[in-house]
Amino acid sequence: MVAADWPGVDPEWSRGIDVPSTSAADEPGTVRRWHLLDNGAQLSRRGLAPAGTLLCVHGNPTWSYLWRTLLAAGSRPEQPWRVVAVDQLDMGFSERTGTFRRLADRINDLGDLTAALGLDGPVVTVGHDWGGVISLGWALAHPQQLAGVVLTNTAVHQPAGSPIPPALRLALHPAVHRWGTTTSDAFLRVTHALARPPLAPDVRRAFMAPYAGAGRRGGVGNFVADIPADASHPSFAALRRVAEGLPGLRVPALLLWGPRDPIFSDRYLKDLIGRLPAAKVHRFEGAGHLVAEDRDIAGPVFEWLAGYGGDSTPVGGGTVSAAAAQSAVPPQAVSSPAVPSPAAPSLAEDSGTGFTPLWEPLAELAAGPAGGDTAVAEMAADGSVSRSLSWLELEQQIAAVANGLRQAGVRTGSRVSLMVPPGVDLTVVLYACLRLGAVVVVADAGLGTRGLSRAVQGAVPDFLIGIDRALAAASVLGWPGRRISVRDLPPARRRLLAVETSLAALARQGKFTAPLLQDPDPDALAAVLFTSGSTGPAKGVVYTQRRLAAMRDTVAATLGIRPGARLVAGFAPFALLGPALGAVSVTPAMDVTAPRTLTARALADAAAAIDATVVFASPAALRNVLATRNGLGQAGQQALDRVELLLSAGAPVAETLLAAMQRLVPRASLHTPYGMTEALPVTDISLEQIRTAAADAAAGNMAGAGNGVCVGLPVHGARVALIPLTADGTAPGNTPVTEPGVTGEILVGAPHVKETYDRLWLTQRESSRTAGWHRTGDVGHFDSAGRLWVEGRLAHVVTAPDAVVTPVGAEQAIERLDGVGLAAVVGVGPSGTQAVVAVVETEPQARRAGPAAPQLAARVREAARAAGVSVSAVLVVPSQPTDIRHNAKIDRARLSRWAAAVLSGGRAGRP
Amino acid sequence: MRVLVTGASGLLGGGVARLLVRQGHEVSTFQRRPAGVDGATDHPGSITDDDAVRRAVAGAEGVIHLAAKVSFTGKATDFDAVNVDGTRRLLRAARGAGVRDLVFVSSPSVANSGAAIAGLGAEPADPDRAHGDYSRTKARAELLALAADSPDFRVAAVRPHIVWGPGDTQLVERVLDRARRRRLPLLDDGAALIDTTYVDNAASAIAAALHRMDHIHGRALVVSNGEPRPVGELLAGICAAGGAPAPSWSVPGGLARAAGSLIEVLWTRAGRAGEPPMTRFLAEQLSTAHWFDQRETRRLLDWAPAVSIDEGLAKLAGHYRAR
Repeated sequence: MVAADWPGVDPEWSRGIDVPSTSAADEPGTVRRWHLLDNGAQLSRRGLAPAGTLLCVHGNPTWSYLWRTLLAAGSRPEQPWRVVAVDQLDMGFSERTGTFRRLADRINDLGDLTAALGLDGPVVTVGHDWGGVISLGWALAHPQQLAGVVLTNTAVHQPAGSPIPPALRLALHPAVHRWGTTTSDAFLRVTHALARPPLAPDVRRAFMAPYAGAGRRGGVGNFVADIPADASHPSFAALRRVAEGLPGLRVPALLLWGPRDPIFSDRYLKDLIGRLPAAKVHRFEGAGHLVAEDRDIAGPVFEWLAGYGGDSTPVGGGTVSAAAAQSAVPPQAVSSPAVPSPAAPSLAEDSGTGFTPLWEPLAELAAGPAGGDTAVAEMAADGSVSRSLSWLELEQQIAAVANGLRQAGVRTGSRVSLMVPPGVDLTVVLYACLRLGAVVVVADAGLGTRGLSRAVQGAVPDFLIGIDRALAAASVLGWPGRRISVRDLPPARRRLLAVETSLAALARQGKFTAPLLQDPDPDALAAVLFTSGSTGPAKGVVYTQRRLAAMRDTVAATLGIRPGARLVAGFAPFALLGPALGAVSVTPAMDVTAPRTLTARALADAAAAIDATVVFASPAALRNVLATRNGLGQAGQQALDRVELLLSAGAPVAETLLAAMQRLVPRASLHTPYGMTEALPVTDISLEQIRTAAADAAAGNMAGAGNGVCVGLPVHGARVALIPLTADGTAPGNTPVTEPGVTGEILVGAPHVKETYDRLWLTQRESSRTAGWHRTGDVGHFDSAGRLWVEGRLAHVVTAPDAVVTPVGAEQAIERLDGVGLAAVVGVGPSGTQAVVAVVETEPQARRAGPAAPQLAARVREAARAAGVSVSAVLVVPSQPTDIRHNAKIDRARLSRWAAAVLSGGRAGRP
Repeated sequence: MRVLVTGASGLLGGGVARLLVRQGHEVSTFQRRPAGVDGATDHPGSITDDDAVRRAVAGAEGVIHLAAKVSFTGKATDFDAVNVDGTRRLLRAARGAGVRDLVFVSSPSVANSGAAIAGLGAEPADPDRAHGDYSRTKARAELLALAADSPDFRVAAVRPHIVWGPGDTQLVERVLDRARRRRLPLLDDGAALIDTTYVDNAASAIAAALHRMDHIHGRALVVSNGEPRPVGELLAGICAAGGAPAPSWSVPGGLARAAGSLIEVLWTRAGRAGEPPMTRFLAEQLSTAHWFDQRETRRLLDWAPAVSIDEGLAKLAGHYRAR
């Protein structure tokens, strides 16, 4: 044992201690030798008084080395905590006892150790893997000292009806067990190989160090053998005591999770959240079982301990002071919960009076004189209406499906993943879920199969309602949730897809039951919507009933959509609001997940069917409508002539596109709202206003006009402000400003802004760092008329030696050149001295990617210079890498990596 | 100030000497051929000659040392004799003569092991990893020079990266000559991003160094225009300025580097004179990124380039039109 050989460990932390054992596995009077990493002596030598103790318990087959970053963080003078990381008996460098220690022994062992250490003052337990269970066992046995619990990839309960993970089944198999865990070091090596990214060789050696030779690995095998796979196992009762004790813990909890874990998958996280509903939860997308190795966990843990940001009191008692360290601080009350309870109102400004449930306008129309009029319709490819419901029928269908879902087990708070394309079925099931108080999870095919799969697995729905294709994907990809099909399926197909029932069947059952009497709480969670994932993995965005209703009210007030409006819903998010707005909605014949499939003819047919006044369509859909305008016909044109309002959203909409569209809908006012999944919408602008803004920018006499996409003025009820960018291209400040011409990160505050992110505690803290605001991650500025100009994403800001470059202004200037299509401005090289690179599509399309010809490069450079940006290199690509959902958001991070590779010398592949 | 400039017959040395004359310094020059710098006192002589060097430094307060053997080929011992021993000789003589400040003009290649450089500063010179005899000997000389730095005899190294301009025979003339004979390929489409330095900017940076020794002595600074460009575009710009056809064919960089190594060996073995058509060093220069973080250089020198790449190319075009 040579502590100097353990990278990241201060040898001073390593110590041994003799502990009298009271465990059943030992004879009375036995003394056991433990090894610990403990920074206590070091802190007192330096005169630092710790706020409390982190008691860290490793799992199998690691050792206290796993917690070295916590020891280092706790040793810093700014926030000293004593960190005691134990090597459990028969593990790490602690004694090889020759006994078989079961869960109850190990929990008792840990108590013996803390008694021997004389640990007093507040203790926060930290656990991983089966060490998580043991740490919780200690926590339940020491309520007076316990100040908080931190858990990383662990489990306290095998969810009913699901088998233990295959990897563990294999390790437990009699034919494999002894050889795999003890005789050989296979179990160790397999566990270490779970690190994402891989462990550095010296770190892997340190993890291996205490387990050289079968004689030192007995504990590894015994640990595996002590996993209670079923109720007959001797340790089952001890595990159940821990699991059932958790809801009684009255201390803050932090769950840090690596979802790429073949053993402790997201369903165990879901189980823990159910037992610790107030816990702060962060899933590190891409991290795995050894989350403490894969990600910085010390930062989040100490931030949580300090309670920065005002959303919780510091764990372990108030300020960091000697007094706090000396006195045993009583257990903390549960701080503000991550999942808002009815007792936790939202921000004062947001919880205004007059909450009207989302579905109320719909219910009113159903009960009124127009109850027999069409409410929702779907178009067939031949231009006829294939399906429609009146307001009354819609209301009855929703009630019937809601009742049916309730009978099937959907409860308030149940998560229901909806994989149903926009149209009548989706409208019915969505409103039925909301009526029940279930939480709808909406992840669309626009995320791509991998993104979608990741989103669904992370959200862990209880139910999955989907069309055939979605259910097939659920089967193949192992998506969680009890499965419900939209239509009745043949029995064989039902069995194959493990489908329990269908919406149609639920509606039939629900029709004859009593109606739902109680409305859900306004502040209960209602929906998890996924971002497009064009800037990193898609994030789940959580809305409450109140916030969804506020979204409806904002759209109604900003765009003047009232009962009586008739809308063609070619864009999913707004389409779902139609019934809530009291507007008649028709879904055109198209693949709504692929906006480019909307033709002019299909749009006109839909408009004609309901005599539409409003059209919603994404920019990609509009581009195809224009491309297919020749197929419109006279009747189609007449239908479009009656449209009063055309809305396009989801991605920036070019003025040229809107201008071309205006000729197709001559009487309509054209609007393009700006927003994001976290706040829909934030601002709004019309075509006329876009032209005025462009004229102001060209005239050059209005402060702030220009350099970006003008997105107009904040919508009804929304506040918009900025945190100025600093020279390093970040927005570290916390004071919102609205002066014209100052570029900064865009902040929005409104009743319809998201409640929180789903299981992304750190992301939520970051986005809500400025109290009362959502930080959008977009950058822009105001002009002196109060209009907002968007300059790009904060993550895409380029830091050149003399300038912080936001991409959009230069990109627009470059895209105005003849023969240039989509342009993207990215940086290569180290932050602060990056070289600016323009990557462009050309017309005609380039055959392969590479440096631009000198003439084109000169023109691009000149155009960018006119926009105030010095470009180092110009590269051409056949096509830009864009997101699947909008086909418009360029993946600049990927482009930047590609450009860096090309420009460093080497052959240019595709970006 | 009384300043001695060594190697003033070259493009950059001449530029530095003329600039110092314009700035009102008392300038003398030292090199084998007459420097032809108006207003400067010329001391023709060899850096390999002890007496000549001692005579040249006598009375100088500052020395700017540019004299070096610059070539892609040649006998290793020749590089050592001029670049390493010559520098050692000059350092000894200058310290003996009571010279206060010495600027050693070096090259970023002293710290370049052949890997791409994107946005780095001046890394330590490393003779063992530098490629080619020129870089190796310049690296050794720079280490000698910086080791000689002391409060009484202040030494700094300035490394201009790829200097070019009107009258340049090292880069511009070679590019044009090959382009006219259609023997100028691009490597990997000429995508590698490289920094270069217009000669006037390199000269003003070196002159600035002499005045900023308080801030920079004991260290090395890379100097460039701070406008990295893809190498293909730069070559095209030079060809356009010189009225030669732009390079239009590309070969893989890996192939060129391998071929360069081979040609270098064969060329030297065959005892051929002049420059071989391709060397490994050249292939590396043309196919890997070399651009630098200029922020600290500009702050320490209190200097910024006065001539942009585009302005420099326009001056170059004017130069060829006037010929």
